Amino acid sequence: MTSLLHTPLFTFHAAQGAKFAAFAGYEMPIQYPLGVKGEHLHTRAQAGLFDVSHMGQLWVRGPQATEALERVVPAALREMQTGQIRYSQLTLENGGILDDLMLTKCSDDAWFLVVNGACKHADFAHLQAQLPDSLSLQPLPEQALIAIQGPSARDALATVIPESAALPFMTARTCQWRGTEILVSCCGYTGEDGFEVSLPAALAMDFAEVLTALNATTWVGLGARNSLRLEAGLCLYGHDITTDTTPVEADLLWSIQARRRIEGGFLGAEVIQAQIAQGATRKRVGIRPDDGKTPLRDDTLLVSLSGEPIGQITSGGFGPSVAGPVAMGYVDAAHQQAETPIIAHVRGRSLPCRVTSAVFFPPRYRRTL
Amino acid sequence: MTVKYTKEHEWIRLDGEIATIGITHFAQEQLGDVVFVELPEPDTACDAGDEVAVVESVKAASDIYAPVSGVIVGANDALTTQPELVNSDPEGEGWFFQMRLAELGDLDDLLDEAEYQRFIQDA
Repeated sequence: MTSLLHTPLFTFHAAQGAKFAAFAGYEMPIQYPLGVKGEHLHTRAQAGLFDVSHMGQLWVRGPQATEALERVVPAALREMQTGQIRYSQLTLENGGILDDLMLTKCSDDAWFLVVNGACKHADFAHLQAQLPDSLSLQPLPEQALIAIQGPSARDALATVIPESAALPFMTARTCQWRGTEILVSCCGYTGEDGFEVSLPAALAMDFAEVLTALNATTWVGLGARNSLRLEAGLCLYGHDITTDTTPVEADLLWSIQARRRIEGGFLGAEVIQAQIAQGATRKRVGIRPDDGKTPLRDDTLLVSLSGEPIGQITSGGFGPSVAGPVAMGYVDAAHQQAETPIIAHVRGRSLPCRVTSAVFFPPRYRRTL
Repeated sequence: MTVKYTKEHEWIRLDGEIATIGITHFAQEQLGDVVFVELPEPDTACDAGDEVAVVESVKAASDIYAPVSGVIVGANDALTTQPELVNSDPEGEGWFFQMRLAELGDLDDLLDEAEYQRFIQDA
């Protein structure tokens, strides 16, 4: 890929004073004039707006789509209601993760998938290879995806799309906006209640302007999107989960429902079921420095008190809402218990740390209304 | 009092034999909100270009270099509790450390204010 792609809102972001950087093959807004910390805190206090149109959106349609998709993700899909959303992973034969994704059941034979921007082409090839020819795969490269997240997101979006107000977290419905069908999903990746709105590129600019005019909202770049998801303990693909980590190691077992744990029937099930039965040799955990101050960055080496390497930080930084360092990484199973003392090697120094929950800021999703 | 600048966006203010070093207004703007500063220990000898301190913003960690050779004689401990001083007053209260220079003449190789302003405009 030689030149960077633009989302339908690129010129809109530029007019808002965004600073851009390359991400997933796109020139994306990293921050706006408010700055990473201000954007982060505004999202937790009111509502942040995010252009996530770089992410991959696609339809999977056809007879027995549900059963076929259960072959490529370990989530239980058959039990889902129309309009329900589940988080899952595209697993591989080795139990590793090709990508993580959201799946929305729109009908018995129509599923809407949202995958990571950096992985979307590989995901599409994988799905084409793994799903039967009787299913149609329709990527939506021209579709925009705009998120609104935060405690005021529900009230704010309701002034624009009244039907959104009644959606519990992890449900979706189609709505009309200016005579066009759009898909409103109550989900997100910040630890806040909020929505993601999928709509045609041609409407994106107008929709962005309407959301911008709301009192509670400000635009938020990928910088604060990262610190928000990190505080909430949510994995970033390519850092915290990869083709070399399994959902069990990544502490994502909650996303594999009981029936699938027992039945298997998805790629990598043998490896994953063995880890469920016997435990994984390493685990994703949170890591907190005892000094409460020193940020632990990606790739920081973790060692035991006796100096043996036990793992590494996979993503870390500073959490504005917890006003301190936030980090997650992998440690071997012997060190996975909360409060286990460990050492991080930071710039040649040995920094005493503790294993902790990866959730530094408890989520505030509204699952019931 | 002489003030000089480096292409790494540090300023050096010489007062007698002692130089005070910090990062420029331009640098703090690029970094964004500073959340952590790691300062050098006094009596540390360093060569020009050595990494002697670290400044971390919400975005990333950046090294702070010794702009010239010498010995560290002090550090701004206020930054350990108020790292935000680097943003609010980068060329005053937000200074990082002080050095006794090995060679006063080393300062001649650095940029003066006009040269630094041209440098950041071209950047």
